[in-house]
Amino acid sequence: MGTTEQSFNEMFDAENHREPYQKYGAWFDNEDISRLRKKANEAEVFFRRTGITFNVYGEDDATERLIPFDIIPRIISAREWARIERGIEQRVRAINAFLHDIYHRQEILRAGRVPIRLIADNEAFLPEMIGVSPPGNIYTHIVGIDLVRTGEDDFLVLEDNARTPSGVSYMLENRETMLHMFPELFANTRVRPVSGYPMGLRRSLAASAPEHCDGEPVVAILTPGIHNSAYFEHSFLADEMGVELVEGHDLRIVDGRVAMRTTRGYQPIDVLYRRVDDDFLDPLTFNPDSMLGVPGVMDIYRAGGITIANAPGTGISDDKALYSYMPAIIEFYTGEQPILKNVPTWRCSEADSLAYVLDHLKELVVKEVHGSGGYGMLIGPAASKRELSDFAAKLKAHPSNYIAQPTLALSTVPILAKKGLAPRHVDLRPFVRVSPAGIEVTPGGLTRVALKEGSLVVNSSQGGGTKDTWVLED
Amino acid sequence: MLGKTAGGIYWMFRYIERSENITRLIDVGLRMALTRPDTAQDEWASVLDAAGVRSGYDQVHSETDAEGVVDYLLRDADNLSSVMSSIDAARMNARLVRTALTREVWEATNECWLLLKETLANPIAPRELPEVLGIVRKQSALVRAALHGTMLRNDIFNFARIGTFIERADNTARILDVKYYVLLPTANQVGSSLDNVQWETILRSVSGHRSYRVSHGLEISPRGIADFLILDLQMPRSLAFCYRKILDNLGYLGQNYAIRHSSHDLIDERTRELENQTVDSIFESGLHEFLSDFKGYNSALGSQIEQDYRFHK
Repeated sequence: MGTTEQSFNEMFDAENHREPYQKYGAWFDNEDISRLRKKANEAEVFFRRTGITFNVYGEDDATERLIPFDIIPRIISAREWARIERGIEQRVRAINAFLHDIYHRQEILRAGRVPIRLIADNEAFLPEMIGVSPPGNIYTHIVGIDLVRTGEDDFLVLEDNARTPSGVSYMLENRETMLHMFPELFANTRVRPVSGYPMGLRRSLAASAPEHCDGEPVVAILTPGIHNSAYFEHSFLADEMGVELVEGHDLRIVDGRVAMRTTRGYQPIDVLYRRVDDDFLDPLTFNPDSMLGVPGVMDIYRAGGITIANAPGTGISDDKALYSYMPAIIEFYTGEQPILKNVPTWRCSEADSLAYVLDHLKELVVKEVHGSGGYGMLIGPAASKRELSDFAAKLKAHPSNYIAQPTLALSTVPILAKKGLAPRHVDLRPFVRVSPAGIEVTPGGLTRVALKEGSLVVNSSQGGGTKDTWVLED
Repeated sequence: MLGKTAGGIYWMFRYIERSENITRLIDVGLRMALTRPDTAQDEWASVLDAAGVRSGYDQVHSETDAEGVVDYLLRDADNLSSVMSSIDAARMNARLVRTALTREVWEATNECWLLLKETLANPIAPRELPEVLGIVRKQSALVRAALHGTMLRNDIFNFARIGTFIERADNTARILDVKYYVLLPTANQVGSSLDNVQWETILRSVSGHRSYRVSHGLEISPRGIADFLILDLQMPRSLAFCYRKILDNLGYLGQNYAIRHSSHDLIDERTRELENQTVDSIFESGLHEFLSDFKGYNSALGSQIEQDYRFHK
């Protein structure tokens, strides 16, 4: 690939520190590298001691791993952020309008802006949700929008995460770690805080409670359990939000409400922030083998007895097959042009596109429509001849399972490597809370960084790391 | 709080207590094997009995020797009561109930686990054993210290204490029961060196040989030991002490929740019975019978608490 050199470097332009990095750069230039390295080791000890780990699927040993943390922050100026924020708000508004439409009148299908088969044949579309209107018509209470940057003003949306986006605990703990290690930096640079996220989330979930709910709504987080890869995050959020962390076997239906088993008996829940997939939510409605969910919860939900966040069936909006229609979706519901652009995308279901993709496989990134976490994707420039021909065969067999995108020259931010600063590719996942009271984009997010030189894969499950993300005050 | 969380806290502290008790048993075994090499095998066997893992051990080992027993009690992952398994289980429960713990308690537990995983990664050479046993006890003491120093005195704290004392009472009863025959009047040849060593061993296995002298004087006798470990309310590992604590902790929950459960009746009755006993009445009706009954009651009390406070579905 060797794209690192030609990529947009967020810290340095030809000669100097780029504007958002000026204060940090001046501080860094006066620092002793060996002290910084010692700090980096301290950070690792801190993460391990605190138990900030994630579980890796498919590995027996080392089932709890640390996500490597790099101490050089990723810095975004107030001006850059203002545009990102507006773009995300617009997108999230459109996603919620789309979800409401697609489960009610389906105007967008009637208008022919999105092909019917993309919805009808899509497993992420839940017929059980047809005609259901969640409180305030909010479907996606928590959204993570994955952005990549390719130039000074070019932030593109790589992916929407409208089901159960994860990573917010790293956004929060990365900042805590930086505050702990480098308090002096925050004294002379005005960085917008992110620490209000958990209480903000509790407030926005409470604001999304069913209408009949009076008094302070009871919020709980539903986790698949201690072996889930994001268990740390589930318990961290429950702790920070001051709400209970429940599993399916803690819940049952009591007097037409979803209730949790406490030491004093069953207590009804008003808002369930679920971190289990749709399929596992209710064995009576969805996967009958699921041990994770609550039998009957969907009936209560449809009757308006509980708010489920995010709503079941939101996966239809972040499905990769639908991704390429997002600009049309935004235009349809907001009447505006998208502020944040999509990455150009070839739909392999279309014959012309498939032919192009097969011809240019070596230059493209090909993704499975339903895959996530960097599994099952092909990065053309990095693939061997064998891998390319194997993938071409898969593509021809099931073209509609795939989309393709150009290999983007992702922007870089330096990491502290063995020989000092070294540029590495990054992406950014800001987190958004949505409630009837409004849309709030937390100023910051999770910056994921590919630690290997030249690598474009930032996923933590594939060896990527994270950075603290600073949004500067005006 | 969630029933599951109460159960997690309760078991977390049972396992922390268990890990510490196992190290004391190993200490005793080592001491006996050093001072009485000819009966070392029997001593190790009774250590396995006291830990309640004899049959499990015999299934995988043909010899009952120091090397095998120590490794089984310290590190064996198939032995669910080994120190490492107990710490694993304690930490697993702590992860499960992390929202109920202060950061200090969680970190003490996690550090305990990280350190012991490293320390116990390979078999422990005999000369390193005393140090390693010390590390285990110190780590579990740090978890307890964090609990006492940082946790609110609420239902969570009370469930932690109930787990600790149910486990401890069980442990003391087991140790006494394994050695009850050396305390029986028929085997009582006062002053014989054999019995003195055996009696001292019982005290050591509850870290009580020094405090015994403070409270019962220099002469070690079966009646004195039974009194000390069963009825003495100053001795923090005695059955009566543990039950007084459980009575208090359950009493707190009863008041706090304003619900009285079957476990409240049980603990009232058991504590009253226990405190009405004398050493004479215990020896009269039979020490072994008394201890067997106690172990049964104790485990029934534990199950009743699990049920009353909805630990499980």
